[in-house]
Amino acid sequence: MTRTYVFTAALIATLTGAAFAQDTVATLRSGVPLDQHPAPPQVATVKNTDLRQVRNYPEQPPLIPHKIDGYQIDTNANKCLQCHSRTAIEISQAPMVSITHFMNRNNQFLASVTPRRYFCTQCHVPQSDAPELVENTFVDIDKVLEYVAGTKAEDH
Amino acid sequence: MWQFIKRTWAAIRRPSVHYSLGFLTMGGFVMGIIFWGGFNTAMELTNTEAFCTGCHEMRDNVYEELKPTIHYTNRSGVRATCPDCHVPHEWTSKIARKMQASKEVWAKVFGTINTREKFLAHRLSLAQNEWARFEANDSLECRNCHSEESMDITRQSTRAAEAHERFLFTGEKTCINCHKGIAHQLPDMGQASLITGDLSEQSLVDYLKAE
Repeated sequence: MTRTYVFTAALIATLTGAAFAQDTVATLRSGVPLDQHPAPPQVATVKNTDLRQVRNYPEQPPLIPHKIDGYQIDTNANKCLQCHSRTAIEISQAPMVSITHFMNRNNQFLASVTPRRYFCTQCHVPQSDAPELVENTFVDIDKVLEYVAGTKAEDH
Repeated sequence: MWQFIKRTWAAIRRPSVHYSLGFLTMGGFVMGIIFWGGFNTAMELTNTEAFCTGCHEMRDNVYEELKPTIHYTNRSGVRATCPDCHVPHEWTSKIARKMQASKEVWAKVFGTINTREKFLAHRLSLAQNEWARFEANDSLECRNCHSEESMDITRQSTRAAEAHERFLFTGEKTCINCHKGIAHQLPDMGQASLITGDLSEQSLVDYLKAE
């Protein structure tokens, strides 16, 4: 008898647990039932300031400070290189693609951008005013160093 | 045959026997309006998007590529159709362009670009034709809508404003020089400047001298 009670209690606990879990787990649909359409969020505006942004760490690929709507980057043409290629920057006054982009995997410099660095938007992205989907706890290394220097000063 | 021409010429030379001068003048006037109007209406009919996309060559290639671009769909709903960019608006130039286009009818009949592969193979030369036309007429079809006088560069991004000030307003360049591939996809741009043929050292020296 008691075993039956325990079993039923466990079953109820499991089922309600599952039901609660359904309410609390974050999903891309943000809890809207499958048979309904959630209202889509407003399309974010791309920042078009033309001002170079600070890199969060030295290895970060520089961000694109302008709109790139409809830019064609494929086997036929690369719209980015129309301004950022070695020969175009005198006219465009845009930053030239980094010299590292001319190196193949054996560190040999080629005459033009290597195929492995050709697809700009694999690393370089424009920014928009969209709200963050999850909280970002990233801290700049300078902030960390400042903190370390501060604590050391307190020690002495 | 010669007899027929002679008889016709004789009939044309002779004054009219049955019809009055007034009737002939008015008749000529009315028929003139009908023929002229009919000609222009027929020509305008060939100047519509429905006509251009009536052939699968245009509908499946260039028209499909136009659809995601800003000239097809945008926030204000002003839209450019095929002839807005590809046919001059002024009458004389329009007729000249239409006469050139008769060659395109030939290509249609013989299926020069009747598959996607054939179209892609010809894409570079097709694009170069259009680029040359725009360069020659100072991007007239762009300027039919995008007038230099009405362009407020303070409303543009810094980058665009600087470029327009340096190159457009000074007349150093015309729209198409920078704005290629905005309504259709670009052809292989590497090929556009490739030196083909002999790759020997002597031919390279000759090529550099010729520059």
